[in-house]
Amino acid sequence: MVEFALPANSKIGKGATHKAQAGAKRVKTFKIYRWNPDDGNNPVMDTYEIDLDKCGPMVLDAIIKIKNEIDGSLTFRRSCREGICGSCAMNIDGTNTLACLKPIADVKGEVAITPLPHMPVVKDLVPDLSQPYAQLRSIEPWIQSDTPAPPDAERLQSKEERAELDGLWECILCFCCSTSCPSYWWNGDRYLGPAVLLQAYRWIADSRDEATGKRLDALEDPFKLYRCHTIMNCTQTCPKGLNPAKAIGKIKQLIFERQG
Amino acid sequence: MKDVREALMIGRNSEGDLVRRPVSPFMLGSAYRFQMSSATSILHRISGSALGVGSLLLTLWLVSAAMGDAAMGDAAFSVVQAFLASWIGLLVLFGFTAALFYHFCNGIRHLAWDVGRGFDLPAMQRSGRLVFVATVILTVAFWAIAFMVW
Repeated sequence: MVEFALPANSKIGKGATHKAQAGAKRVKTFKIYRWNPDDGNNPVMDTYEIDLDKCGPMVLDAIIKIKNEIDGSLTFRRSCREGICGSCAMNIDGTNTLACLKPIADVKGEVAITPLPHMPVVKDLVPDLSQPYAQLRSIEPWIQSDTPAPPDAERLQSKEERAELDGLWECILCFCCSTSCPSYWWNGDRYLGPAVLLQAYRWIADSRDEATGKRLDALEDPFKLYRCHTIMNCTQTCPKGLNPAKAIGKIKQLIFERQG
Repeated sequence: MKDVREALMIGRNSEGDLVRRPVSPFMLGSAYRFQMSSATSILHRISGSALGVGSLLLTLWLVSAAMGDAAMGDAAFSVVQAFLASWIGLLVLFGFTAALFYHFCNGIRHLAWDVGRGFDLPAMQRSGRLVFVATVILTVAFWAIAFMVW
């Protein structure tokens, strides 16, 4: 359903302000989305002032500093701190990205941080990703082949065949792209979203996979695939520099071409 | 059809009681930055809707002209024609042509994507800017010619 405003229980109130320590020279203000399932209140934006002279360069450094030194209840996901696990995906300064790859210096003025857009919030910056995970499961993201593998060797690819997977295998499933997509906000119950469609194309493009026809059959659907209107927010936001819009375009072309 | 995501809006608090979860902020402009990608897309939809209304106006004009002098002289056509030539009418027509040229140019952009071209970010930014420039040029040129022959 197309919606333009948040429901009543999701409207964001004013939160608390945590001032920087006296004597701090390079102060940066962070406004962070907070929601606690235990207090029964609406979400708020808390304000934290950070002394950049005592903080690492990335947004993740700042929110870890807040959790360690100012407010231990701040909840967010993080793991590798180098853009390979996809845990710290969030909306920073109006676009989705990984907190660990986003330099604080890239943001002019206050740094606003909210969870990935249009998702159910578990707590603070932690969204419930059950829906995209279930959708990923639905496209069967594993190799499917009737031809048995050689008994004494791997399934080989030419260099050209392998190159077809470049720009696809690098996806870390952070879902920055899916949650940047207005189509996914509004039709995410049935539209698969850019991340999952890129994964679908990753298997369609794999020379070793023999289920291409079945995969295209499953995707040929007004909602699963064709809610993509080439808005391109996905490609614009991908923190790994991948191009989900292009992958979706290739799926559409393959479905068109096989109609003969 | 009920939105299946509704099931995920129910969570539990620390006591194990059911609570309703909020939806994280998403609105274009306030929560999610307007970018070339989303701006050109939403304008494509708005201009498409405007063209639907504009076509009704065009139909009204043609029908009133076709009615001729059979029923009530040229009355119907005169009224419509006078409205369209008024300042408000001209403003509406100007919007109609701007929407038409925008939708036409951005439609070509979509055709290019449909054949697999122009997906890279620099190309997307370039083609988006080109659409805006072309819309302005075509609209201004159209009205310059229109006023010259009027």
